[in-house]
Amino acid sequence: MIRLEPAGAEALLVVLAEQPDAQLPPRIALLAERIRAELGEELTDLVPGWTSLLLHYDLTRTDHLQLAERLQPLLERWLAEPSAMQAGRLHEVPICYDGADLVDVARQCRLSVAQVIELHAALEYRVGAIGFAPGFAYLGELDARLVLPRRATPRTAVPAGSLAIAERQTAIYPHSSPGGWHLLGRCPWPLFDVTQSPPCPFALGDRVRFRVIDERAFITEGGRS
Amino acid sequence: MKGLRVLRPGPLSLLQDGGRQGWQHLGVSPSGVQDLHAAAWANRLLHNPWATPLLEVALGDLEVQADLDTWVAVCGADAPLTLDGQPRPLWTRLPLRQGQRLRLGFARSGQRVYLAVAQGFSAPPVLGSVSVQAREGLGGLHGTGQALQVGDCLSCRPAHFEQRASVPWPYIPDYRCKPLLRVITGGDAASFAEDQLQGFFAQSWQLSPLSDRMGARLIGEAVQPPARQWSLGVGRGAIQVPPDGQPIILQADHQTMGGYPLLGWLHPLDQSRLAQCPAHHPLRFTPVSIGDAQAELRAFYRFFRR
Repeated sequence: MIRLEPAGAEALLVVLAEQPDAQLPPRIALLAERIRAELGEELTDLVPGWTSLLLHYDLTRTDHLQLAERLQPLLERWLAEPSAMQAGRLHEVPICYDGADLVDVARQCRLSVAQVIELHAALEYRVGAIGFAPGFAYLGELDARLVLPRRATPRTAVPAGSLAIAERQTAIYPHSSPGGWHLLGRCPWPLFDVTQSPPCPFALGDRVRFRVIDERAFITEGGRS
Repeated sequence: MKGLRVLRPGPLSLLQDGGRQGWQHLGVSPSGVQDLHAAAWANRLLHNPWATPLLEVALGDLEVQADLDTWVAVCGADAPLTLDGQPRPLWTRLPLRQGQRLRLGFARSGQRVYLAVAQGFSAPPVLGSVSVQAREGLGGLHGTGQALQVGDCLSCRPAHFEQRASVPWPYIPDYRCKPLLRVITGGDAASFAEDQLQGFFAQSWQLSPLSDRMGARLIGEAVQPPARQWSLGVGRGAIQVPPDGQPIILQADHQTMGGYPLLGWLHPLDQSRLAQCPAHHPLRFTPVSIGDAQAELRAFYRFFRR
């Protein structure tokens, strides 16, 4: 059952499911696209969560009651659709697996460093959400053999471009920031750049694969050592 | 480029406007002014459109020198204002002549004072806004999220008005009084134990010195939260209750997503009042209906021609 709840005086929360699942992000992305097209300027921001969409609206043009009415047919159509896996764009992202926590992760998971890299690079991931910082895309799901809790003490500064894992997720830090995830490697590409359109290559529901590169390729692909 | 030359930048002076709208789905915080009431009045006195870029000066201690003739308005925290050493009133439209020095002392009450100029300060917008987001390195005079520095030039154009104008006194808040802030309950409020919700509204909280533009942190008797949620979009004014039971009210530089249980949202117009409270200030809360809050907010937007 979909629930619509006001989220303060200028936002409406649409809860689409009680639990996240692998099919949900691309389906939420599809719904978000339709809602944007339908509402236009009445909407000031639209933020997908793991199981929800938060609609920030312009109170001078509409309110939560009017929006709920307008959304009803869209939501009914969306619910009735077969939940066939949406394709989502595929990104192949180069990674130099030489992260500061690689050896430690291997030890904690009782694997070799080579096995950690192989397991991490073997899967295709989905962008499940974008948040925490500009362009920070949560990718899931990680191989169960690599699942670790966050570090007991977060780092005060994780370098920009760091590929990291925590629990069932993996992500690349677009900018240097504090962070408690385990660092496996580095991506040479900028992942949030306001001079690009869009500023972030990833969108909700996109697919991501990692390509293993060495230090030299890291530099030629634009990385800074 | 002409404008106001910065002689003393103050501890944290930030160029702000209506905020960076439409990018929260990529994790970009909206930012924007902390005190909408004072900022809206400063722009209105100068006949500037809603959300025209102005300077948000935390605590005061700012000095600028004009290299053109223009008009300014200073609203918000009660900081002593002088032009070439002569005292001038706040909440008033004033001429600023070429060569004159505008100085703001330290605020005696309130935390943020807004300096607006006729037609606004110009800076290159980043993702549609000049608002400084220091954490994300966005906005400001150079586009990189920097606070005001000595030697910066706040670019603006010459302007002229026939006469002074002031904000009518009933609209000038007294920031020394202890505010009763209104809360639209909702979110996970129904999952909180009844006595825990009552505890939130019954007690007098204290504003933590760890508060910043991202969140106002409260100190008081812990409110026991329900279980954590799957992370979802969060907005300004959301009252998060983390496991330690000390609520955090999200402010202009808030993150776009969060997973802490929500008790409700601060009335948007009371977010302005909260933004003017100093550390350790006592805060009390009272419920308000969403309909009342929206009606009042609509009237506010209409008055300021949003």
